[in-house]
Amino acid sequence: MEIFLQQIINGLTTGSVYAIVALGYTMVYGVIQLINFAHGEVVMVGAMTAFTVIMALVGAGVPLPPALIVLAGVLAAIPVCMAIGYALERLAYRPLRHAPRLAPLITAIGMSIILQHVALLIWGRDPRAFPQIMENASFAIGGAAISTVQIAIILLSLLMMAGLTWFVYRTKFGIAMRATAEDVRVAALMGIDANRVIAATFVIGAALGAVAGVMVGTYYGIAHYTMGFTLGLKAFSAAVLGGIGNLAGAMAGGILLGLVEALGTGYISEISDLCRWPLVGDLITERCAADGHVILFGSNYQDVFAFLVLILVLVFRPSGLLGERVAERA
Amino acid sequence: MNTSLKVLSLSVATALAMLGCGKKEEAPKPAQQAAAPAPAAPQPVTVKIGHVGPLTGGIAHLGKDNENGARLAVDEANAAGIKLGGAPVVFELLPEDDQADPKIGNTVAQKLVDAKVVGVVGHLNSGTTIPASAIYNQAGIPMISGSSTNPALTEQGFKNVFRVVGRDDQQGPAVANYLIATAKPKVAAVIDDATAYGEGLANEVEKTLKAAGVTVLPREKGTDKTADWKAVLTKIKGKKPDVVFYGGMDATGGPLLKQARELKIGAVFSFGDGACTDKMAELAGAAAEGLICSQAGIPVQAAGKKFLDAYKAKFNIDPILYSPFTYDAAWLLIEAMKKADSADPAKYLPALQSIQYDGASGHIEFDEKGDRKDAEMTIFTMKDGKVTPLAIIKGGKSLTLAEYAAQSAAK
Repeated sequence: MEIFLQQIINGLTTGSVYAIVALGYTMVYGVIQLINFAHGEVVMVGAMTAFTVIMALVGAGVPLPPALIVLAGVLAAIPVCMAIGYALERLAYRPLRHAPRLAPLITAIGMSIILQHVALLIWGRDPRAFPQIMENASFAIGGAAISTVQIAIILLSLLMMAGLTWFVYRTKFGIAMRATAEDVRVAALMGIDANRVIAATFVIGAALGAVAGVMVGTYYGIAHYTMGFTLGLKAFSAAVLGGIGNLAGAMAGGILLGLVEALGTGYISEISDLCRWPLVGDLITERCAADGHVILFGSNYQDVFAFLVLILVLVFRPSGLLGERVAERA
Repeated sequence: MNTSLKVLSLSVATALAMLGCGKKEEAPKPAQQAAAPAPAAPQPVTVKIGHVGPLTGGIAHLGKDNENGARLAVDEANAAGIKLGGAPVVFELLPEDDQADPKIGNTVAQKLVDAKVVGVVGHLNSGTTIPASAIYNQAGIPMISGSSTNPALTEQGFKNVFRVVGRDDQQGPAVANYLIATAKPKVAAVIDDATAYGEGLANEVEKTLKAAGVTVLPREKGTDKTADWKAVLTKIKGKKPDVVFYGGMDATGGPLLKQARELKIGAVFSFGDGACTDKMAELAGAAAEGLICSQAGIPVQAAGKKFLDAYKAKFNIDPILYSPFTYDAAWLLIEAMKKADSADPAKYLPALQSIQYDGASGHIEFDEKGDRKDAEMTIFTMKDGKVTPLAIIKGGKSLTLAEYAAQSAAK
């Protein structure tokens, strides 16, 4: 039971990060039906920038409390990522807005490769240890341990999700965003500057991504120029799971995917241990007696769950758990 | 906005520059090839030696370290003014990046064969070395790996394949026996990164532990890119192991160790050679303290002083892990060519098989499979952020670093 609870905590933490990254995918898709495959790399740049700033502050011996140093890292990462988000939209996607849908998709992949290689030039090829300067105390909840970093990630994610929801549904700019998502041309006729709204969507997504990057770096303790790739694909799967284009869907999808991953990784080798299955176990008693276990799927399938979920969703519910619009547009 | 524009234009400029470099590298080739078929004139003949290791990705620092070792050897050989068949020779090192990926490893192996290299140093990972060795074998090109420890490499019956490090079936038992003797475990967990190297080494450790009566939990696996080990570790925590062994590299081992300590797993942690580097202390921080790890050869600190000084002077950093071995591997190719007085692989291969050579990593002789005879194993611990040798195991005997140094000095 403790182990189960611990896995739930693990899953909620990674799930919160996936949710924040998934928001970046889903917002852009909602507004211009583009999958911004470079978003994972924006998250990576966020982590790397924060890493550099935190290391510089620690190296210079700036007499600030650790929490403020981390905050400075986050505050430095946000404008950098926002600038990249804006530049991506302005340079890579806007010129292709009326091109066939395949063109911006390919540009997105190209941008992701360019960003990776720029990061390689700036930060080098070595994996970087993400500085852990805050006291990472852990608290016991029913036998499981939850650390300050985990609590911070979950709370901060919830806060950002709530903030974004308020922004999209309660502010004038949010209404403009939703109107543009509904129909760019009609929104333009109503006096909405579509270019501004679209650019803002990219910039907000990138700002969220920057925070997610720092979260991932702090949580895993490592930052690397390739870290955005798998993370981006998983967050994209989370967005599709929830129904791409749908904000609440991306949040639910992210957290659900985190839980599936943690529980799947934790239990798949036990479930797929053939010796535990009464009928199959009898057939291979010799191998079971020799080794005790005949495991079909190991925990290295961790990264596979996201894509398994993606395939299952696309087969059985293409519009995702909470989405409606995908089928008619795609 | 301006910064991002700069970043973008910088990247475009870099891309263009890289294209430019590619062209520049290709340009002098016809000249070199034109020089080659005129051995009568005393013009220098270019002899190409390939080096393959990952230069990008999570363990690129280890790939670069290996490449530096080979480059040092080649530069020294050029400075020595070696003549083969009467003509002066210029050795050229062709470095390739296999990204630790078997598919890319095969592609660059073929590229080196097509570029008419006469010998290859590498690859770094067993997972890329084993498939690529078939390509070199077909082309009849000798290859010496300075770091691939999976036994399967030299069990294929290829006459052109050598290694100058020990094998996992020597390293695994060595580290497992050390753990059994010191930690006296009842329950052990074994994790690997699902690569030929990590899984192979983990299998050897598991075998030795089981033979000594230790209960070994069902194998857990990650990949060579896993950063999130929490789910796997949580599961292990529930079984309360006394010892945890991980077969994998430092880029994944660092986060694994750090997250294990965050989850308050109190077991003794032990890694193989791929994660037995000073980088571990950086990646895992204080969690790395007390880690037990092993190498399939002598420690870098025990390598020849001449090599250590030359490496530091040339690259302005200290060697990390296996560069003394790739340095020796490159020199072995060159020494065999000198003995045979030819850079023709078919002619110098017999000289390589029967070579006796004292290198930076000690005395080297090959057995009939191409493995190093009487290879040393070293057990390390992480102390004050540095991997510190505890014992060098040679011929079943455990020696301290000082005893080993005294022994090699006596020779």
